[in-house]
Amino acid sequence: MDKVQNNKAWFLVLPVLVLVAFSAVIPLMTVVNYSVQDTFGNNVFFWQGLGWFKQVLTSSQVHSAFGRQLMFSGIILAIQIPLGIAIAICMPKRGFWASVCLVLMALPLLIPWNVVGTIWQILGRGDIGLIGFVLDALNIDWNYARNPLHAWIIVVVMDVWHWTSLVALLAYAGLQSIPQAYYQAAKIDQASRWKVFRYIELPKMAGVLLIAILLRFMDSFMIYTEPFVVTGGGPGTATSFLSIDLVKMALGQFDLGPAAAFSIMYFLVILLVSWVFYTVMTNLDKAEGR
Amino acid sequence: MTQITLDNLAHSYLPNPQSEDDFALKQLDHVWKDGEAYALLGASGCGKSTLLNIISGLLVPSRGRILFDDKDVTHQDTVARNIAQVFQFPVVYDTMTVGDNLAFPLRNRGMDPAYIAKRVQQIASMIGMDDLLKRKARGLTADAKQKISLGRGMVREDVNAILFDEPLTVIDPHMKWELRTQLKALHNEFGHTMIYVTHDQTEALTFADKVVVMHDGRVVQLGTPEELFDTPEHTFVGYFIGSPGMNLIDAEVSGSMAHCGGHSVPLGGHYTAPGGHVQIGIRPEFVTIASGEEGLPVTIKRIEDVGRHQILRAEFAGKPVNAILPEGMTVPAGANRLKFAPERVNVYADDWRVTPLHSVSATTKEAV
Repeated sequence: MDKVQNNKAWFLVLPVLVLVAFSAVIPLMTVVNYSVQDTFGNNVFFWQGLGWFKQVLTSSQVHSAFGRQLMFSGIILAIQIPLGIAIAICMPKRGFWASVCLVLMALPLLIPWNVVGTIWQILGRGDIGLIGFVLDALNIDWNYARNPLHAWIIVVVMDVWHWTSLVALLAYAGLQSIPQAYYQAAKIDQASRWKVFRYIELPKMAGVLLIAILLRFMDSFMIYTEPFVVTGGGPGTATSFLSIDLVKMALGQFDLGPAAAFSIMYFLVILLVSWVFYTVMTNLDKAEGR
Repeated sequence: MTQITLDNLAHSYLPNPQSEDDFALKQLDHVWKDGEAYALLGASGCGKSTLLNIISGLLVPSRGRILFDDKDVTHQDTVARNIAQVFQFPVVYDTMTVGDNLAFPLRNRGMDPAYIAKRVQQIASMIGMDDLLKRKARGLTADAKQKISLGRGMVREDVNAILFDEPLTVIDPHMKWELRTQLKALHNEFGHTMIYVTHDQTEALTFADKVVVMHDGRVVQLGTPEELFDTPEHTFVGYFIGSPGMNLIDAEVSGSMAHCGGHSVPLGGHYTAPGGHVQIGIRPEFVTIASGEEGLPVTIKRIEDVGRHQILRAEFAGKPVNAILPEGMTVPAGANRLKFAPERVNVYADDWRVTPLHSVSATTKEAV
């Protein structure tokens, strides 16, 4: 039978192309456009070349924001990943309480970012907030609006509260997929609890943990709303992370050119780190199998 | 080395079992003699894995006791019982090397490293993985992984018993035979009590000295392979063991004669008329084909050539009857009767074998 050649089927892809163009390509290209041009107003643009990129790359303000950002993501991962695994291991495996735990764990994930920010902003206040009040009562000089360390603590604690559940739920799903025979065999081999974790649970969770780490890295690297609501990036620039700086630059000062160059590099850094991370992890996986 | 006694054992997965049907394992008294190789044979879901997990201590029975020699271990855990168990699906520690996998149970018990190295080498050569000791266990084939599991089960010399829960399910047929032979050799060498759960009769009959057949949560027969073949105590044993299984025909039995739908079948023994649902059972191996007036009239359906012999599929009164014919034999034209070797016919009442009062001697048989 002769095969009918009909390439009209390609038209079926058109709606997706249009959607992606409007949702991703066109906005991104607008940013690219701004990043290489300058204007003195009146909608008259002229070519700037890589000037804005150079300016952003050499800006000490951006450097320190980048440093803070890395530190923040590092702290977040160092706390949330082990804590999430620990919670997942402690959660009941089945029955009524398993469902209760799952619902409780999912709750923080359902709360909008700015609401989370507001909750912790108020909780931490010395005058009306529970945490601030208790710390004050304990004679601890607590003021996250003035003390950079306190600002960091409240931002980190807030993020841990908000997102550890995600890690815990992913790890829990990984744990649930381990067949019972593994635990029975470990029992017969007289493996200690630590060895069960090290040689059975951790290897079996590796896949979901990779996803958890990636998600938490990307999200924490892009964090904006919560620190903006709680500390506004302060005191000074203590909690000004990259996106807070970026918004200040783009909307506060209306420096569209540098902000656009900044955005593009920000995007590329996240893409690069995620890609490196993913490649390294999957290659480790393969190397072990050899 | 221990004798394992099951005393009045029963197990239900329900918290409050009401009727007998609620029990996965019905009441059971049994002694596993020290140093013997047992096979636990039965269809899927008959309670064999439950029994195995109770012996190893992974499950606590709802009723009864387990004794190791004279010590009650019912509530002791696996570690205290010092039992090795190999599971149906391979359990290996992926991130460890093959050698570390084998050494794991010994290291956890704090044994001397020199001894561990020697023992691991020994086990590795037994399962044929000498040259893979340094390789990571991840990425090995399923049967290689299962060999590691078997090796880990056998690495400890001082265990009270080694339990196998259908360990060869995932293994290639040619490897199955090899591993079974190795297990057998190992048993001869070390004399561990071994309990081997399987639903494969060939596996059970080749591995074990004694086969325990389970059906519906009950042990229906314990015996040597010959006993299971010659005198199945329960119709389940009859049709589960053998290929094809035993022929079972509804009959009325009196004296040394069975009457099946108006036809007489001579028996090898005298019986007082048993009550209940009476059947006679005969293995296809002892059925011969005949013509004329002797034997049961049957409709021959087809003949299957399975290589070593042929299987004749026939029907008597709408029920299948099989016979095994020698290779190359052609069924003579007009053959429409099957004759049973009288001394091979067993009588069953309500599925359980009836013991004859005495066997029919040679002279009386001629008279019949």
